[in-house]
Amino acid sequence: MTRHLAPRPGFVLDVDRNSPPIVFHHGEGFRLEKLPPGRSRVIYPAEPLEGLADPDGAIRHALLNPIGESDPLPALLTPGMKLTIAFDDISLPLPPMRRPDIRQRVIEAVLDLAAEAGVDDVHLIAALAIHRRMTEDELRHAVGDRVYDAFAPDGRLYNHDAEDPDGMVVLGETPHGEDVQFSRRAAESDLLVYVNINLVAMDGGHKSTATGLSGYTGLRHHHNVKTMRNSRSFMDRENSELHASNWRMGKVVRDAGVKIFQIETTVNNDTFGREGPLALLQKREWEWSARDRMQFLGMKAGLEIMPTKAKRKVFSSWQAPYALTSVQAGEVEAVHEVTTANVYRQQLVPVEGQTDILTMGLPYICPYNVNSIMNPILVMCLGLGYFFNLYRGKPLVREGGVLILSHPTPWEFHPVHHPSYIDFFEQVLADTTDPIEIERKYEKQFAEDEWYIHLYRNSYAYHGVHPFYMWYWGSHALQHLGRVIIVGGDPAAVRRMGFQSASTLQDALEMASDVVGPQPTITHMRNPPILMADVT
Amino acid sequence: MKALQFRRNLPRYAAARLAGSLTPGRGASAGPLRLVDLDAPRAPGPDWVRVRPRLSGICGSDLATIDGRSARYFEPLVSFPFVPGHEVVGDLDDGSRVILEPVLGCVSRNLDPTCLPCAYGHLGNCEHTSFGDLEPGIQTGSCHDTGGGWATAFSAHPSQLHPIPNAIDDEAAVMVEPTACGVHAALVAQVPADGVVVVLGAGTLGLVTLAALRAHTRPNTVVATARYPEQRRQAAALGADHVVTPGEIRRAVRRVTGSRTIGVSGLSETPTGGIVDRLTSGADVIIDCVGSSASLTDALAIVRPRGRIVLVGMPAEVSLELTPLWHREITLVGAYTYGTETLPDGTERRTFDLATELVADAGLGSLVSATYPLSRYRDALEHAATAGRRGATKIAFDLRDEKERLL
Repeated sequence: MTRHLAPRPGFVLDVDRNSPPIVFHHGEGFRLEKLPPGRSRVIYPAEPLEGLADPDGAIRHALLNPIGESDPLPALLTPGMKLTIAFDDISLPLPPMRRPDIRQRVIEAVLDLAAEAGVDDVHLIAALAIHRRMTEDELRHAVGDRVYDAFAPDGRLYNHDAEDPDGMVVLGETPHGEDVQFSRRAAESDLLVYVNINLVAMDGGHKSTATGLSGYTGLRHHHNVKTMRNSRSFMDRENSELHASNWRMGKVVRDAGVKIFQIETTVNNDTFGREGPLALLQKREWEWSARDRMQFLGMKAGLEIMPTKAKRKVFSSWQAPYALTSVQAGEVEAVHEVTTANVYRQQLVPVEGQTDILTMGLPYICPYNVNSIMNPILVMCLGLGYFFNLYRGKPLVREGGVLILSHPTPWEFHPVHHPSYIDFFEQVLADTTDPIEIERKYEKQFAEDEWYIHLYRNSYAYHGVHPFYMWYWGSHALQHLGRVIIVGGDPAAVRRMGFQSASTLQDALEMASDVVGPQPTITHMRNPPILMADVT
Repeated sequence: MKALQFRRNLPRYAAARLAGSLTPGRGASAGPLRLVDLDAPRAPGPDWVRVRPRLSGICGSDLATIDGRSARYFEPLVSFPFVPGHEVVGDLDDGSRVILEPVLGCVSRNLDPTCLPCAYGHLGNCEHTSFGDLEPGIQTGSCHDTGGGWATAFSAHPSQLHPIPNAIDDEAAVMVEPTACGVHAALVAQVPADGVVVVLGAGTLGLVTLAALRAHTRPNTVVATARYPEQRRQAAALGADHVVTPGEIRRAVRRVTGSRTIGVSGLSETPTGGIVDRLTSGADVIIDCVGSSASLTDALAIVRPRGRIVLVGMPAEVSLELTPLWHREITLVGAYTYGTETLPDGTERRTFDLATELVADAGLGSLVSATYPLSRYRDALEHAATAGRRGATKIAFDLRDEKERLL
């Protein structure tokens, strides 16, 4: 095996005749695809940065040495105060990381300081906005057993409930007329500490609290088609209307007297491990050893004959050995500037020029199907939302170009986690796939449906309006692209979404030539591990 | 005369059942149905007249008979051999064009006094279907003495015949009989004003019932199930506000009614919220135009407490969990054929008259998708049995050019 002293940055490979077939993620499986030489390129993510040698020490250092206009955390903690610690939910990181989770490390450090200061009134809130509630196991994984056992039994550790009429408050309105809805407990606390895992550049900043502790009343002002179409991209805060709205809301929160101590953390790209069965997914194909090749082919063949449920179980059990690469704390905006630089340090890959066809292999997981099923709407959201928007500058694919995704896209939903998704798929998408029309005609009905609200509050369901946001997440891509083709996707499910299905990549490329002409340029985004294209 | 005749022949009946289970409509080839030359029909009584069919439709109940799926319930109510066909527009010997109201009630059986239902004009509820001057048979098309519409001629009692205006062409006229079933079902349903109605099935019966609901009731929302694209289009065109596949109906009704749901049992500690097994509330009325175990189970799952299920599609033996019927005090009522209806304003009209008007107003003649000569009866029956899948609705025999008819 080739060893390198320092992690190599991301890299763009020009495919030639000697280039080996490229791995495409394909749900709970993989495809090996040969890309046309001479006009194809592959963007590889950077190798994992080295993690901090002493994560707990770094965390404590950050709490004691804040960034921006903020006192050190101990100076903000006083006896008798009301302290709320909010933390990112199950959607971060992806895949879930090995224990101890970063949230556990940070929360334990904060609680130690709170205990030293004699703070008794402490609540911990999973800031899930309108995501599904986390189960006990999931909460234990995130915060650790010690914290869970100390706070959950008497109701001081709980999931945010955006539909609790007594638990939510509107703090005010931005100059743009946006209602700022917030958790009452967080708003009425003397200090709100927010614990982030900033997996991608979109995460963190004012979005942590303005979104994570909000509800439909607030979210609808930025989780909408207009905002998403004006976010170029929503991974690039400087050019993201989504973030501009959250930043406006953050100012209202601050002006309302809510004091926030922001803690942001970044992780490296060690998604699949340096050793173990998935390690070769972090290697470049031409560097695979004979053993790697045998192992990959064996794994691929095994997965192809394994029942879907069994495959899901295998992949769901994977926990990433992510290492902490930075932690910074203090004032929200100052902290977020540093965090974003650290995310970019790991993920940004310079890319010259756009392409006619962009290809992506979609993995088994996205933020909304942890321990669940990747339904077709989530496939759309991951491909046209998250991955398409992993750019800075301009999209990887030119306007009017073609996006080719690889994913089985089964017509299958988790009925407990995604009940409104089923209705969205059966009713809304059967009528129209136009985000504007969908928003106008159906959003309110789903958002206010009492059954969905009941399931969100009492079961483990995403809020009724959540599938709409998934569709809006892809609205910039829908507007930009000339065609979307899904290789290996269930034809009926793909058709329902207004896309085309193809059995093979070769078929897809042929279908794409109707739109982009013969001999198009092709770019494959080999993601995950996560990369963000800096397109010039 | 030329006729398709159905004989009592148990081995062939079994063969039809097997063939029909493999390929719908294939019972026509393997079963007891035969194209035969028969003597001209003999009038069962002095008043009876000869009808020479122009078009004669193929109904779901006919297909059940041909494919050996009919309930044994009917065995004492038919007389062999018989000529099927009860959806008929035809000519009388005096040249007038008529449609057939096929039910064989007391009057046609020469029974006087009539039974009470017949006295009130509810011919479909006749208590004497096996008595009087005729062999058993609930309708023309299942009675040996009368013959049936799948022939170049049959006998009809004048009380069964309705003149048809020239403005209504043969295709529209042949739709009057099934439409009368739909009108009767819509009125039996007792749809509350602004209620939610669900029509299960979008074959001929489902579609004409949708048209009848829009013509004679004032529901707030009508939801329909349709299996195939053309059925979906037609159901929407005839007044369904929402058209979904059968597998989507429970969620669709939940959305429309704002109901909550009860999940499946037996999953122990696994959360079940979001699984839609049955609704806590539901639609006011379900009109089941399918009549299967599955459709009735759906109906019981989506009707509100004290709601009403109208069974229009002809069932055979079904397997059904009836606990919800008991627990939620649901009314399950059948809707068979037609007779005399009492409209919401209290007036009484013959169902056939209402149906004739509806066929004209709603353009239901367009539901006749294809016609076949008697000689191609196997093709016709297979087409009818797979109509939805093939984008068709009503298949009929066209006898207008049969040379025997002209004799």
